[in-house]
Amino acid sequence: MHLALEEINHLAELSRMELSDKEKKMFGEQLSSILEYLKKLQAVDTADVEPTAQVTGLKNVWREDEIKNCDDETRKRLLANLPEREGDLMKTKAVFS
Amino acid sequence: MGIAHFGEILRFAQNDDSMYRNLTINQAHEGLVKKKFSCEKLTQYYLDKIKKEDKKINAVITVTADLALEQAKFVDRKIALGEEIGLLEGVPCLVKDNILLAGVPATAGSKILENYVAAYDATVIKKLKEAGAVFLGKTNMDEFAMGSTTETSFFGPSKNPRDFKRVPGGSSGGSAAAVAADFCVFALGSDTGGSIRQPASFCGVTGLKPTYGAVSRYGLMAMASSLDKIGSITKCAEDAEIVFEAICGRDERDSTTADCRMQIAECRLQNCRIGLPKECFGEGLDSEVRARIREAAEKLSKAGAKIKEISLPHTDYALAVYYVLMPAEVSANLARYDGERYGYSVRDRAANLFEIYAKSRGEGFGNEVRRRIMLGTYVLSHGYYDAYYKKAMQVRTFVKRDFEKAFLDVDFILTPTAPTTAWKLGEIIDDPIAMYLSDIYTVSANVAGIPWLSVPCGEAHGLPVGLQILGWPFQEKNILNLAKEFEKL
Repeated sequence: MHLALEEINHLAELSRMELSDKEKKMFGEQLSSILEYLKKLQAVDTADVEPTAQVTGLKNVWREDEIKNCDDETRKRLLANLPEREGDLMKTKAVFS
Repeated sequence: MGIAHFGEILRFAQNDDSMYRNLTINQAHEGLVKKKFSCEKLTQYYLDKIKKEDKKINAVITVTADLALEQAKFVDRKIALGEEIGLLEGVPCLVKDNILLAGVPATAGSKILENYVAAYDATVIKKLKEAGAVFLGKTNMDEFAMGSTTETSFFGPSKNPRDFKRVPGGSSGGSAAAVAADFCVFALGSDTGGSIRQPASFCGVTGLKPTYGAVSRYGLMAMASSLDKIGSITKCAEDAEIVFEAICGRDERDSTTADCRMQIAECRLQNCRIGLPKECFGEGLDSEVRARIREAAEKLSKAGAKIKEISLPHTDYALAVYYVLMPAEVSANLARYDGERYGYSVRDRAANLFEIYAKSRGEGFGNEVRRRIMLGTYVLSHGYYDAYYKKAMQVRTFVKRDFEKAFLDVDFILTPTAPTTAWKLGEIIDDPIAMYLSDIYTVSANVAGIPWLSVPCGEAHGLPVGLQILGWPFQEKNILNLAKEFEKL
């Protein structure tokens, strides 16, 4: 199994990660051999077997949908982490262009 | 006694550090209550030790000296007023850097969060603060907990205190190295595929990975949400029990948590049944490590446990299941690091929104993290979902059933924690598959969500070996009891 450069480009785009040509080559080779290893799962007969997504079997854990304001300190710290802001607003580049 | 003589004794007491060395939680507590030392002195002892010795080990990323000393003085005031203090009150600890401590940097060992400051306390931190634990700082780790050596950390690898040329294991390698180097009484770690147990094994300390859902992950940076747990790295099983009791329990901020405060230990060493899965003693296991595990089983048998060989037929597949599910969940969870809301951002060099994402993430994440994000994106993408992701979830059902079946016949399962002792720095980092394969004995516990403890059980090649004790979900108390009895043998 070998991932073509085209597939690596597509994965990098889907993952929103810019990669150099050298990195594409390296990840292409490594991912190919990992996927080769993962093929062993195909040997297991899983017909009619339920998938397990949650191990402890909890289902539909609900709570009231209430607004709980955070304290001022927390709010200040959250805003301080913004790379660019205008007042208390996050500033970003145009989403639609 | 003359005044001069008394002064001599006082000076001697001040210069003698031996009373602080290798303290367990109970010993630290006793020292504080009996006024053998103040909390401030104890805290300062650890801060000085970290300052002096961590240059060689690199276990700590951030030291929170002001916070620690302020907390320590508060505890000392309580003691001076004659108030009663809890077991963890005034006990200094370190926290893995993917767990949020409000107002303190939380980097997760990544460049993308190099300058990130936590806005709030994780639930485990809130609980430990309520219990009065003193926070000395944050520990080094593989980037976003992805790695088995701490070598993927943006801040450089931690070294194994037993041998500075070797890795401490990972991803909670900083926490394990710090406890082994006696930089704190105990530390918190996180475990997604072995990240508490394997470094505990490599460093010769005790690591507990609780049942999935026993401890709230609110405030833990999510890696693979169906597998992530928070646990402890300690100097003994008793400490693991004290920390577990302090941090476990339901939390409305983590809907996967269950109430587990009603645990009662029922199993005793004298009449318990222990299984050794034959799949965990085969090819790839170092012969000296195998010998130590066999000897441990022998000791338990002599003390009255019934040992039998069992089979977990899907053990080998558990690793493949893990390396599909984990990267899939990683690729979704790490989408939040976008160069927009926090962390490393290239917005000054980006022409548009897409470039902010792609360049910030491309430059901000290291190789291991990017490899797993792409692998996860691949197994979740159109046309591959059924073949990889769904298939892995189905095989996961088999892995879980293996354990359910095994526990009909035994109370505990014993395995080695890792197939080898600690590697040399650089020995394994460039070979991802070899590194992934070393998780063979630890990942199945995460895939099945069951609790597992690693305790030291001697040495191989002059390095520590870890024994894993596994029990039924939400039966941490039984595992801890067995471990406590094993420590006495």
